Amino acid sequence: MDYFSFFGLERKLTLDASQLQKRFYELSREYHPDRFARKPEEERLKAEEASAILNDGYRVLRDPVQRAEYVLKQEGFDVGEQRSKDVPPELLEEVFELNMALEELRHGDEDARASLAEAHQKFINMRAAADEELTGLGQRYDQSQDRAVLQQIRGVLNRRRYIRNLVTEVEKELA
Amino acid sequence: MSQVFDIDFESHRKAPIVGIDLGTTNSLVAFMDLTGPKVIPAPDGGNLVPSVVSYTGGEFVVGTPAQRLLIDSPETTVYSVKRLMGRGIADVKDEVALFPFRIAAGSESVIRLELGEKTLTPPEISAQVLGELKRAAEAFLGETVTQAVITVPAYFNDAQRQATKDAGRIAGLEVLRLVNEPTAAALAYGLDKREDGIVAVYDFGGGTFDISILRLHGGIFEVLATNGDTHLGGDDIDNRLLKIALEDLASEWGEDLSHNGEAVQTLRRAVIQAKEQLSFVPFTNIEFHYRGKSYQREITREVFRNLISDIIDRTLEPCRRCIADAGLTVDQINEVVMVGGSTRIPMVRCAVETLFKAKPHTELNPDEVVALGAAVQAGILSGAVDDKLLLDVTPLSLGIETMGGVVSKLVHRNSTIPASAKEVFTTGVDGQTNVLIHVVQGERELVKDCRSLARFDLTGIDPMPAGAARVEVKFLIDANGILSVSARDLRTGKEHTVEVKPSYGLSEDQVEAMISESIAKAEEDFQERQVREARLEADTILTATEKARANDAWLDLTDDERKRIHDGVNQLLLVYHSDDHHLIRAKIDELNEVTMKLAENMMNTAVRSALKGTHV
Repeated sequence: MDYFSFFGLERKLTLDASQLQKRFYELSREYHPDRFARKPEEERLKAEEASAILNDGYRVLRDPVQRAEYVLKQEGFDVGEQRSKDVPPELLEEVFELNMALEELRHGDEDARASLAEAHQKFINMRAAADEELTGLGQRYDQSQDRAVLQQIRGVLNRRRYIRNLVTEVEKELA
Repeated sequence: MSQVFDIDFESHRKAPIVGIDLGTTNSLVAFMDLTGPKVIPAPDGGNLVPSVVSYTGGEFVVGTPAQRLLIDSPETTVYSVKRLMGRGIADVKDEVALFPFRIAAGSESVIRLELGEKTLTPPEISAQVLGELKRAAEAFLGETVTQAVITVPAYFNDAQRQATKDAGRIAGLEVLRLVNEPTAAALAYGLDKREDGIVAVYDFGGGTFDISILRLHGGIFEVLATNGDTHLGGDDIDNRLLKIALEDLASEWGEDLSHNGEAVQTLRRAVIQAKEQLSFVPFTNIEFHYRGKSYQREITREVFRNLISDIIDRTLEPCRRCIADAGLTVDQINEVVMVGGSTRIPMVRCAVETLFKAKPHTELNPDEVVALGAAVQAGILSGAVDDKLLLDVTPLSLGIETMGGVVSKLVHRNSTIPASAKEVFTTGVDGQTNVLIHVVQGERELVKDCRSLARFDLTGIDPMPAGAARVEVKFLIDANGILSVSARDLRTGKEHTVEVKPSYGLSEDQVEAMISESIAKAEEDFQERQVREARLEADTILTATEKARANDAWLDLTDDERKRIHDGVNQLLLVYHSDDHHLIRAKIDELNEVTMKLAENMMNTAVRSALKGTHV
């Protein structure tokens, strides 16, 4: 079941969030198991399944990153978690510095904490930049339906995933 | 449907669905009438049924009468059993130390309480409370109640939810929905009157703490995030006070009373009273009288505050995490609703007000609001309420064990339910015909830090080279927050059998056995009542016949008629002590038959003497 058609929405990378939410609420009223509590079991199970698809789909579609991954997968691109292990070349320098700071902190050098906080902020900014880039590319794809754009999006997604992992790691250390 | 008015009479005519708040300390039942949700009074006239069950003298005593037995028979009287639902002995070691009742051996996956000669599990004990509420509802509504909505703490895991559902089934109730307590409270408050808003529900009860953040939009109650602690509540506050008092007594009286069930329960009542008073007055006394000795200790709000401030703090961290998980900041929260008896404590209100920068709603009785919300949800299910809809979430992430004891998350916490996830499994060895899947709940990365939910054995895989089998397993968390698993062979398309071994809780067979036992018990009760009633009828007719022998009418009978009455009486006396109410009733009917003439004669005699009387 394609989430876009389930929601009755055009298959696009840029989605109107309020329109999506409106459809989610409308379809919830239609399919939620509460509406079928006194119906025969067969109908109840169907509603439960439809409701699960609706909720799973809403989670994917409302998040621009998951939405892009979903479309890429549908278009036959390989978007796997394992790819995030390869350091994107443009991040090599940052990762090197981060590892140094982490090493210092683990050896009890509290001064490293400040450089870690600095790195944290830098990564958050990078993530925001990636998000912006994703929005731009999404618009371009929606207009052109050009697979080359999807290829670019895949690159951004991989980089973004890597940055996200860095953010999580730094936050764990700072906590 | 009515032809003239657009009223759905159909949904009201159908058997009622009640809403039940099965609380740690108190339980309530409510229903939806045409004007809104109403609490149904308990047998003692109040609205609350204390969640206390005693097994004394071979019989169950529930609610207020059982509360009295907490002091007289502490070893066979259970309170706060909700804290034991869906848990194993290792989870509750600390608190059972304070419980006066004994835990039986073999309580690893289900706790077994030894109450005299009976061993009972928490769902069976909760079923007694539910049964009491069911009877109260039936007496009030004048009809049989078989369907219910039961509330659970939002942060309850799969096993705790399943245990609650089992309790309902054992009590003869089909649990149509488990609703999270804070969400139910939001429904009761009817805050959907406002077109669009964000509401936080802070639910601090007797044994559990929950925080939920909801978006309300045109009648839809969408939970954005939830958090909590299923082991944090008013009980913990009581235990603090209790500990102080016990220490005082140890030094003042030179006596350690902590293992004396009767003394501890009496003292517990005293500290609860003091705690409750402190919500209204700046200082009070803990007063305890026992075996002719007296103990008194003044507690000021200041002392109380210091004593419990860390407990209150423990509720604030889940609140902060919940706000973050909802993707919000404190300023975006429009309203805060307070639920649960512990929110009466002024320090709790103050802490909540400070954190959320908003004056919390306290208009509805915090003890009743959850049950009222459950009744609204019952109305939604019956179709009587059709403008509201609840979209709740699963509180904990669901994952499976992978290589090296690492958890692979399938459904993340705060996902709207029903939610599902699919995963394809294959075999690792040639000819392997089954795959064992270990499902866990929790947020940590390692299996050992999460809670084991169940082990699913995927059987019936055709023997093939390793890696050739492809079985798709679907994990579905239903609207009650309970997991089910189904599997399909991707090559053949055929369904696979999945054998479930729950890590905590009762197996399906055990629940079935408990249900049939409770049905058998209900039938036994019914039989006993029938026999009792038949004997009462027999008493009536035997006494009447005996009296009639002194009447003039007796003399008007023929010898044969008198002999037949005599035989009838003897026949009835012979079967009087049998267990067969049919037999007793048959003999009553026979005696009735042969005494007909006598009764007529007596009537005539009475009329004659009455007439005589008027002529004198």
